[in-house]
Amino acid sequence: MELFESVLVALICVNLAYLAFTRLRTLARLTAVQGILLAWVPLLCAGPGDHGHALLLALAVLAIKGIGFPWLLARTLSRLEVNPVIEPYLGFNLSLVAGVAGLLFSLWLETRLPFPPGLFPPLLFPAALTSIFTGLTLVVARHKALTQVIGYLAAENGIFLLGTPLSGQGSVWLELSVLLDVFVAVFVMGIALHHISKTFESIDVGRFCSLRD
Amino acid sequence: MLEALPLVPLLAALLVLALAADGPRRAVLVAAGLVHAALVAGTFLVPQAPAYGGLLELDAPGQLFLALASGLFLAAAIYAAGYLRHETPGPKQDFQDGAAFENAPERIFTMCLCLFLAAMTVVCATRNLSVLWVGIEATTLSSAPLIYFHRHRRSLEATWKYLVICSVGIALALLGNILFSVAFYDPTGPGASMQLADMLPRAGMAAKPWLKAAFIFILVGYGSKMGLAPMHNWLPDAHSQSPSLVSALLSGALLNCAFLGILRAEQVLCAAGMADFSGELLVLFGLISMGTAAIFVVGQGDYKRLLAYSSVEHMGILALGVGIGGGATFGAMLHAVNHSLTKGALFLVSGNILALYHTRSCHDARGLSRALPITSALWMAGFLAIVGSPPFGIFVSELTILKAMLAGGHPVAATLYLVFLAIIFVGMSAPVARMVQGPLPPATRQPAPEHWLAVAPPLALLAATLVFGLYLPQAMTAFLNRAAAAISMGG
Repeated sequence: MELFESVLVALICVNLAYLAFTRLRTLARLTAVQGILLAWVPLLCAGPGDHGHALLLALAVLAIKGIGFPWLLARTLSRLEVNPVIEPYLGFNLSLVAGVAGLLFSLWLETRLPFPPGLFPPLLFPAALTSIFTGLTLVVARHKALTQVIGYLAAENGIFLLGTPLSGQGSVWLELSVLLDVFVAVFVMGIALHHISKTFESIDVGRFCSLRD
Repeated sequence: MLEALPLVPLLAALLVLALAADGPRRAVLVAAGLVHAALVAGTFLVPQAPAYGGLLELDAPGQLFLALASGLFLAAAIYAAGYLRHETPGPKQDFQDGAAFENAPERIFTMCLCLFLAAMTVVCATRNLSVLWVGIEATTLSSAPLIYFHRHRRSLEATWKYLVICSVGIALALLGNILFSVAFYDPTGPGASMQLADMLPRAGMAAKPWLKAAFIFILVGYGSKMGLAPMHNWLPDAHSQSPSLVSALLSGALLNCAFLGILRAEQVLCAAGMADFSGELLVLFGLISMGTAAIFVVGQGDYKRLLAYSSVEHMGILALGVGIGGGATFGAMLHAVNHSLTKGALFLVSGNILALYHTRSCHDARGLSRALPITSALWMAGFLAIVGSPPFGIFVSELTILKAMLAGGHPVAATLYLVFLAIIFVGMSAPVARMVQGPLPPATRQPAPEHWLAVAPPLALLAATLVFGLYLPQAMTAFLNRAAAAISMGG
């Protein structure tokens, strides 16, 4: 259990780091850290009977979230000629304060919610919820389209974390298809990013202003 | 037969990718639509056993939306055969800002159309909430390249909004699925099953607070894809920027698929005896959507956005109908049929108008009755149908919902419903009437005679909704009643 809690604490720290760092490249690397940490979770959550299932899932998470996404993001970043500094709508300090507030809120919520006994290990729920908060904050509070993709990934990672203790028995391929769907989503977003950077000569979503009522 | 349903469009997609010439590719597209529609029709004649280990299974609500998606796809595929002939490759000039752009390769466009149908088939033909989620995410990914067919700034902006808003929305729906598993968690049981057949009988014993949370996340998640206000922001942009046949499919088929996702959650809540809670939320979102549509329809200068806001309105009516329950659920099912047919036809017709005038402005596209007489008649008839005038089908379904609202003791909701319908009627009538009448703008090129591929599909769709307004076959009433019962009884 010691190791599991350290993984969860590390995940929470990664979330806060997402909000605090100012370089796109650092953010792309953080997704790798988050993915590798997440790959541990199915192994540590697994009951005595289903190690094969947990191992398969852990390997898939490592391949897709730990290697696939960071590689896609790094490739996209190196091909786009973008300003490497993240431009926030909501300042870095304020974002960090919001992240800490989200963390405190989810820690409080964990004590209030009627969880089925034995389902979620301690700290897993706050870690997942903070990840979702962080992701959504990145989606709405940053200028660049790439940070929206990273935010989507962070939120999805949080949802995945919450789902892991439930994934247990059977249907491993369903979880794999969820992973694959998200992978294709990021792939399609990557393609769209290339077009955005080519057409608008920037990936600043603030330039999207021609469609409105 | 059920096994073959998603395979037909998948194979067609592969074939399209392999073929070198445009002509055969279009033939494959139409053939895929025909075979798919024939198979779907077959499922009504021969009861289908579950396929792929129970992952695909047809029930009345799924079959209803499957038939709508398949029928509309066939109409859009036939329309596409004519449309794509005019979309020649090479540089073009954007008629709005004059910038140069190119179309996406036709091969990619046709392939994505087929994949889109495959994804929608999976969504409709499953009673497993996880498979449903995978299917809905797949519809987003396969339809995003369709919206970006004309590769210019505005369509790119619309595609990006669509991708980000719908992906985040669908991620929230995944959270809803997980909360459902928490609600049904049983440490001694065989593990969390997302199969409705397993969930519905046990729904009464599930943890109520978690069921509520799950429903809220699914409603907001799939609701953003369905275009319920205030999560509808992507919808007018994507519908106005995509090629018209894609708008028809988005509005008539895709929004229904997302609605089906919400209906599945509603089934679980009804089975758990919590229909009051879910119903109130559906009514609330339904009225907000109708109100938002009413605000934006009035004074709307872009006829494709006008149709898009009308979709927001009708999705609101669907949510409202199911939320009220009782006879209104039947009304909502009938409304889904009529809305898909009518809106599909209207978007296809708007494509003909756009092709002639090269503008989406209601003020500049004038003299339609002189330039394109058949298109003009269809546009007017489609307008009358969509705002709920008799004798078209929407009149019947809107009246059914209204009657159920009054009978169920919802006077406030009924009043708001009527007020919003009236505002939208007035708001839509002015621009549509202006477009049909008046002189042709001087700069308009001489219109060519209307090709049957451009007018036959919308004509067929509108004829169907006219028939459903005049006469509802006994078998169809029974089928829609079964669909409504499956939702409100949680069965």
